[in-house]
Amino acid sequence: MNPTATKTTISDAICTFCGCVCDDIELTVEQNRITEAKNACVLGKAWFLNHHDSERPVCTIEGRPATLEEGIDRAARILAEARYPILYGLSDTTCEAQRKAVAIADWIGGTIDTTTSVCHGPSGMAFQSVGEVTATLGEVRHRADLVIYWGGNPAESHPRHFTKYTLMPKGLFVPRGRKDRTCVVVDVRRTKSAKAADIFLQVRPCKDFEALWTLRALVKGLSLDAGEVESETGVPLAAWQDLADRMKRARFGALFFGMGLTMTRGKHLNSEALLALARDLNDFTRFVCKPVRGHGNVTGADNVLSWRTGYPFGVNFSRGYPRFNPGEYTATDVLARREADAALIIAADPMANLCQAAREHLASIPSIALDPHETPTTRQATVAFAPATYGISAPGTVYRMDDVPLPLRPAIPSSRPGDYEILCRLEDRVRPLVAGRTGT
Amino acid sequence: MTRKIFLLIAGRTSKQGCGISEGKHTAGYRAETQTLQVSQEDMAELGLSDGQRVRVSRVPSGSEPSPGEVLPGGLDRSCQVPVVALPVETAKGGELPPGVVFIAYGDVSCRLMDSDTHGSGMPTSKGIEILVETLPEPETGEFGSTAASGVG
Repeated sequence: MNPTATKTTISDAICTFCGCVCDDIELTVEQNRITEAKNACVLGKAWFLNHHDSERPVCTIEGRPATLEEGIDRAARILAEARYPILYGLSDTTCEAQRKAVAIADWIGGTIDTTTSVCHGPSGMAFQSVGEVTATLGEVRHRADLVIYWGGNPAESHPRHFTKYTLMPKGLFVPRGRKDRTCVVVDVRRTKSAKAADIFLQVRPCKDFEALWTLRALVKGLSLDAGEVESETGVPLAAWQDLADRMKRARFGALFFGMGLTMTRGKHLNSEALLALARDLNDFTRFVCKPVRGHGNVTGADNVLSWRTGYPFGVNFSRGYPRFNPGEYTATDVLARREADAALIIAADPMANLCQAAREHLASIPSIALDPHETPTTRQATVAFAPATYGISAPGTVYRMDDVPLPLRPAIPSSRPGDYEILCRLEDRVRPLVAGRTGT
Repeated sequence: MTRKIFLLIAGRTSKQGCGISEGKHTAGYRAETQTLQVSQEDMAELGLSDGQRVRVSRVPSGSEPSPGEVLPGGLDRSCQVPVVALPVETAKGGELPPGVVFIAYGDVSCRLMDSDTHGSGMPTSKGIEILVETLPEPETGEFGSTAASGVG
């Protein structure tokens, strides 16, 4: 690829905006700008077409331009001198960078958490207690004749989930595509996704657990009081019975769930109920269950932390070995309780996304931020790096929401280092400082 | 002034998602994340019209949600900061049931979240019990009359 050529086409480029990680994007690049993104959804087009190499200095210290080396040195000293540092973010960067971040957390005895904790972290907890009957999206595409979305709105959050993976494609065992599939949406709101469904069940707010337990009982053949079920869930018992029957009759069923379960009262218990329902259904037919993941490589963050530490998020190294405890080592808690005394934020914007108490504390401590875009987090950071954008300019590996790893195909070269290169240098600088601190 | 307790759901919208790439400073992103969507029935009950501003505050946790509760006189359930003022718009296509309001993820939804994660790491950000109060006169906030502003 010649960046000075007037027009270049990159086929099979990967969109890293959301967890669908669509790998069939055809990009047209003119004068180092992406001018067309064929096959991309509305979110993907916004991701690609608004990309431009940042005009920010590659590094700033307290808002003033600095060299990369100066920034690395200052960042390393902040982390090495901290008593309870936290590393946070990681859902919009490569697995290679995530691996380096875990290494740094280990060296400095810090806490490392990802945006999973405010996304599907509760589902991660539920996996540990119930397990996950899983499948790739390719399997769903070729086999699923019943597709259920619970507490999610993919029509707006993951627009190609329907068209690329679950509803519209013609598959090996569903040759007529949409005509061979039944789609059910269960939600509090009658969202745009509900309009794509054959059946929409509108549950009462905060009653997902009760609704899921109702279904579990019906699948097991228990009889329930119709009045009580409807008053609790907002949906008539007959509608739940119909859904339970459809689930048992399906040849291959797929349950996808969103943050309508994890962000609502009950949290991991809601996810647990859904995962247990999918497990129960395997007594009758093949049924799988997957969370619909938000950020481009949040699934990679779960995988990398799991194979590096044994735990998917909320990991603490302060005793020299990894410990996992959501509610204790998760970013919202560590920051809102004012425990952390320094922060390394990688590819996330907690100053825009965390609760107010966490944001206020983060603004009060020294912090380092890596983000291609200027954000509220980079603006208040002591040291801010503006790396190359992953997927568009920086290479590496990302995981699709069904745990399938994909190699990125960057479209535009950048003179900026990526997150991985910056974190490699930061680790190299931190190690001697920590060794000097501990005398090892 | 009319006051009513709602359950707030924060979530992704297409416009908010595109706004992340277009820039969080853009007018489109700010308008999308700083507008409260209300069901047609609740708009009528509270006498609201599109663009009118309301005051929103989080009801302290620890009590059972009671959406639909209307507080006619002085507050009998104390509310806590943060308090924000923001415009409302009618939810399209009957998307919301009465008693439930929606806002796209953003600064306002984060301000209204409690920091308590109940041992999960996840603060409750869907199904937050909030108090909505109509404002007698249009208030012009820091960012003009179509955006949210802190008033508490």
